Amino acid sequence: MADQVLDAQGLNCPMPILRAKKALKELPTGGTLEILATDPGAVKDFEAFCSTTGNELLSSEEDGKVFKFVIRHTG
Amino acid sequence: MLDDTNAKAMTIIVTKGTLDWAYPPFILATTAAAMGIETTMFFTFYGLQLLKKDLDPKINPLGNAAMEMPMGGGHMAMPNIVAALPGMTSLTTNMMKNMLKKKGVASIEELRELALEADVKMIACQMTMDLFEYKREDMIDGPELGGAASWVDVAAKSDINLYI
Repeated sequence: MADQVLDAQGLNCPMPILRAKKALKELPTGGTLEILATDPGAVKDFEAFCSTTGNELLSSEEDGKVFKFVIRHTG
Repeated sequence: MLDDTNAKAMTIIVTKGTLDWAYPPFILATTAAAMGIETTMFFTFYGLQLLKKDLDPKINPLGNAAMEMPMGGGHMAMPNIVAALPGMTSLTTNMMKNMLKKKGVASIEELRELALEADVKMIACQMTMDLFEYKREDMIDGPELGGAASWVDVAAKSDINLYI
């Protein structure tokens, strides 16, 4: 279970990333954030976001129309 | 500032002020800032419109042969002669705004606010301000005034420089 959950469903690029960044900032280092999104572009974008920022993408799953990501705040 | 750290930097020259062209610079600037990239936006010519307090970017498909709207499962383009009729700018602007909202795309106001919140540096072109007789008080707080040299100075130290 992640420390915090961010519901970004219905939001389109770049809002899931911007909201996630904001939420990560409020988490202590090592904390985990779960993001729910419906934007299919988010799959590649959260990979890219983590690659650039140094945060760790723990999981990326698809459940029907909802994408679920878990990120550890390390960046 | 920029060479002291490993942080990367990006600049965007914003030259257009219509609703469609307003999106790429603000989307890229807010995203880059969220990814830890020091971002500067230089607003010149019609791009300056996007710094107005009274922000109301519009769109008209006139002369844009690539613009088509999704309609009834297909796509529809507007003939130039129709786009040229009075009232078509506000009609097509409203159509576009409704579509953006329906698809969960943030408004330009929202993205501009997020850019400022994320410390995106904004420079308003002094020459264009003079040319079009814009007043500083018509523009939002935050952007500083500067000229081409101000952009070159930042661009020379940046990793990514875009012209939109």
